[in-house]
Amino acid sequence: MREVDKRKIGLVLGIVVIMVWCLLPVVWMVSLSFKSADAVTVGSPGFLPSGGDGFAGFDNYVDAWNNTQFRRSILNSVGISLIATTLSVVIATLAAYAVARLEFRGKRFVLTTALAIAMFPVVSLVSPLFDLWRTLGLFDTWPGLILPYMSFTLPLAIWTLSAFFREIPWEMEQAAQVDGATSWQAFRKVIVPLAAPGVFTAAILTFFFAWNDFVFGFTLTSTETARPIPAALSFFVGADPFSRPAATLAAAAVIATIPIVLIVLIFQRKIVAGLTSGAVKG
Amino acid sequence: MSTVATPAQAGSTGAREDRGRTGAETSDRLAAENRLGRRLVLPAMVVMLVVTAFPIARALYLSLFNYSLTAPEDREFVGVGNYVTALGDPLLWQTIGVTVFYMVVTVGVELVIGFAFALVMHRVIFARGLIRTSILIPYGIITVVSGFAWQFAFTDTNGFVNSWFDFLPAISESDPAAGVTGFNWFGQTPSAMFAIMISEIWKTTPFMALLLLAGLAQVSEDMVEAAKVDGATWWQRMWRVVIPNMRAAIMVAVLFRALDAYRIFDNIYVMTSGALNTESISFLVYRQTIEQFQIGMGSALSVILFLSVLLIAFLIVKLFRVDLAQARGEG
Repeated sequence: MREVDKRKIGLVLGIVVIMVWCLLPVVWMVSLSFKSADAVTVGSPGFLPSGGDGFAGFDNYVDAWNNTQFRRSILNSVGISLIATTLSVVIATLAAYAVARLEFRGKRFVLTTALAIAMFPVVSLVSPLFDLWRTLGLFDTWPGLILPYMSFTLPLAIWTLSAFFREIPWEMEQAAQVDGATSWQAFRKVIVPLAAPGVFTAAILTFFFAWNDFVFGFTLTSTETARPIPAALSFFVGADPFSRPAATLAAAAVIATIPIVLIVLIFQRKIVAGLTSGAVKG
Repeated sequence: MSTVATPAQAGSTGAREDRGRTGAETSDRLAAENRLGRRLVLPAMVVMLVVTAFPIARALYLSLFNYSLTAPEDREFVGVGNYVTALGDPLLWQTIGVTVFYMVVTVGVELVIGFAFALVMHRVIFARGLIRTSILIPYGIITVVSGFAWQFAFTDTNGFVNSWFDFLPAISESDPAAGVTGFNWFGQTPSAMFAIMISEIWKTTPFMALLLLAGLAQVSEDMVEAAKVDGATWWQRMWRVVIPNMRAAIMVAVLFRALDAYRIFDNIYVMTSGALNTESISFLVYRQTIEQFQIGMGSALSVILFLSVLLIAFLIVKLFRVDLAQARGEG
């Protein structure tokens, strides 16, 4: 009995440690976003905003929102991430079906390429892409970011999707083929609906990648036309261009984190399944 | 891990089913399958290679020139001159050393913390959704945001780290000459690197923990129970039973995280901008090309970065004998 109690206490302690570890910096960011700009300029050490003048209410959020560059970057991030995710997942679905299900020459090459790209040092592309995109007129445009995002999310998407596809009851496809359907019809009419949950998971992981990217968003853009949120945050300046407006920046960062928190809250189970199916499978 | 069919196995199942038919029909079907397979992977291959293979080939070509965007007309062929210059420069070796240091420390710490988290999550039967949600937040958060959060946390004017650890003499020390009221984390290399690594570890431990959790789930409970009955202590059960049985999962997690850590860039950019010798090799490449417009030298460094990642992947695979076929087949 005592053994069980001890273990229970240990577990609860473990849970508390995990939650503090995971949430502390997030709570800190939120707390900082409520500190008043004046207090931050003078210096307000401490986790929570001090009372009275130290607390800014939603002023910092209003300031962040009124920053047109930041507002534009939200549009860019949402648009670019969604388009890249959609295209990447569609293409990856086709490829993953082939990898999981069909026997064809060059399959090893496909898998090796995907693995190699998953490990690719993105910064080594910065110089050639910077040069190339300027020549092609893709520099500082949405497609100029969508393309690299697609390339770098495809391995993850193919990975996750082919893992999901192997779990699908393929007898149903065979049954459809016996009933006279072609391989393509069997794929489209039978498998796609069954695979939809996996596809959705791959889409979430892909979206996270695109939303998080800094290297491309930062080096392949030069104006607010295409600059996504992470890059915009790094350029964030308030009224005083010589000191970084910590509190406003924190508010902007919290705004940028809201979509992630929402997605995680709603789809946590799917995300964990997708993340782990890629690397380890039972 | 052995219960999942590898692509080759999945394929051979299909081939076996086809064997019952006549020869001509079989080869027709196989040819059609071959065609369909190739057609389905074609778009993915094109997109993956257009943005990687082609630029890398181009970088290889440009690295042979002395070529700066500030003076494009002065472009001249220098052969392997850029490589000789880069490899002879102690700066390159220093950044590689710093990068490897980041990689080894962060992955090591993540492995320990991630394993502890995985053990807790594996045992927990209540509040699972809550823990899952919490652990996914660092995973999903933008790295730049994590960098800012920790940078502000460590600053002496507005951060909480100094006020929480004020009881440590090294932290409460102040330097009025520099207008600093507490320990200046971004004043010297070791503490600045510490701050960078904290942000990196915070953000990526969840990924490690989730991969290890999936590995833990595959360790047979019966085996662990049997060891317990035989009188094995907790440590012995961990080292002799659990860890050896999830070796594959650990190795895959380490490989992926190590290669990711070696590419560290965002946190360094946000937190120190590479000052105080905290620069990684990715940062050096970035600085040469984007800040200094040295396309020729930058391309040479890009190629060196690319090759060093290949080398590290190769070393990890050889050293730890990671079964890539397994990782790939199951992925």
